[in-house]
Amino acid sequence: MTTELIFMNGYGLYVWSAFLFTLISFTSLYVITKIQYTKERNKFMSKFGALDSKKAEVARSQTINKEILSSSQSI
Amino acid sequence: MLKFFEPNKIFLITSKAPKYVLALFIVVISIGLMEALILSPEDYKQSHSVRIMYVHVPAAWITLGIFTSITLLSISGYVTKIKNFFLIAKSLAPSGLVFNIIALVTGSIWGKPTWGTWWVWDARITSMLVLLLFYLIYLIAWRIFEDKNQVLKITTFITICGVINIPIIKFSVDWWNTLHQPASISIFSKSSIHPSMLFPLMIMTAAFALFSILIFLMKYNTELIKIKNKGLDRL
Repeated sequence: MTTELIFMNGYGLYVWSAFLFTLISFTSLYVITKIQYTKERNKFMSKFGALDSKKAEVARSQTINKEILSSSQSI
Repeated sequence: MLKFFEPNKIFLITSKAPKYVLALFIVVISIGLMEALILSPEDYKQSHSVRIMYVHVPAAWITLGIFTSITLLSISGYVTKIKNFFLIAKSLAPSGLVFNIIALVTGSIWGKPTWGTWWVWDARITSMLVLLLFYLIYLIAWRIFEDKNQVLKITTFITICGVINIPIIKFSVDWWNTLHQPASISIFSKSSIHPSMLFPLMIMTAAFALFSILIFLMKYNTELIKIKNKGLDRL
C-alpha cells in the first residue's frame, strides 16, 4: 500500500513533484503576503504612535483605523 | 447598495475573515488530498499520472476565473468611478498569477509521461502562457505608474486586452488540432469524467478557491492599511 502510494506504478516522481510544486507555491505566496501585511501593519502602528494626542484623536475617530489598531490578527 | 463597497465597511469583515477561511481551507484541502492521492482510482489509460489533474485543472479554472473577475472589476471601477473595485482587482491578481504558474508547471509535468515531452507550442498551452504575460504586465503596471488616474486607465486597458485571450484558451482545443485533450467537464451537457474522479476534482477546486479567497483577503487588508498609512502622513 505505502510502496504503491510512493511509486504509483512508476508515475510517483511526476505526481509527487506536481503536488510538491503546488504546496511550495501556496506556502511561498502565503508567507510573502503575510510578511507584506505585517510590515504595513507595523508601519501603521509606529506612525500612529508618533502622532500627538490631537491628531491621534482625529485618526482614532475613523472606524477603519480603530479596526487596524484593535486587530491582533494571527493570520 | 454601492455604499457597501466603502473600504471602512468592508474592512470590518475582511480583517476578521482570514482566520476562518484558513481553517476551512485546511479542512477542505485535507479531504481533497486524501481523495486525490489515495481514494480516487487510477485511470485505465494514464494510470496514476491522472492524479496530476487534481492540481492542474483547479489551478487552470481559478486563474481564468480570477482574470475574468479582474477585468469585470476594472471595467466596473472605470464606469462607476468607485476606486474600491480597482483595489479588489489588484488584490486578486497575485493569487491569479500563482495559479497560472501552477497550471503551466503541473501541465508540463503531466505532459512528460502522457505526451513524452515537457513542452509543446500547442494552442492551449501557448494561450495560457500569454495569460501569464498579461498577469505580469498588469502587476508591473501597478508598480511602475505612480499617477493614480493613469494607472487605473492603463490597468483597465491591459485587462480588456487580456480577457480576449480567455475564450481563446477555453475553445483552443476545439478550434485547433492540439495535443491537449478537449474538456471532460461541461456545465450544460453530460461530463465524460467518472463521478469517482469528479468528486475529488470538485473538492480540490473548492480548496483552491478558498486559498485564493484567503490570499485576496490578506492582500486587500494590506492595501487598505497602505492607504491608511498615507492618510496618517497627511494628518
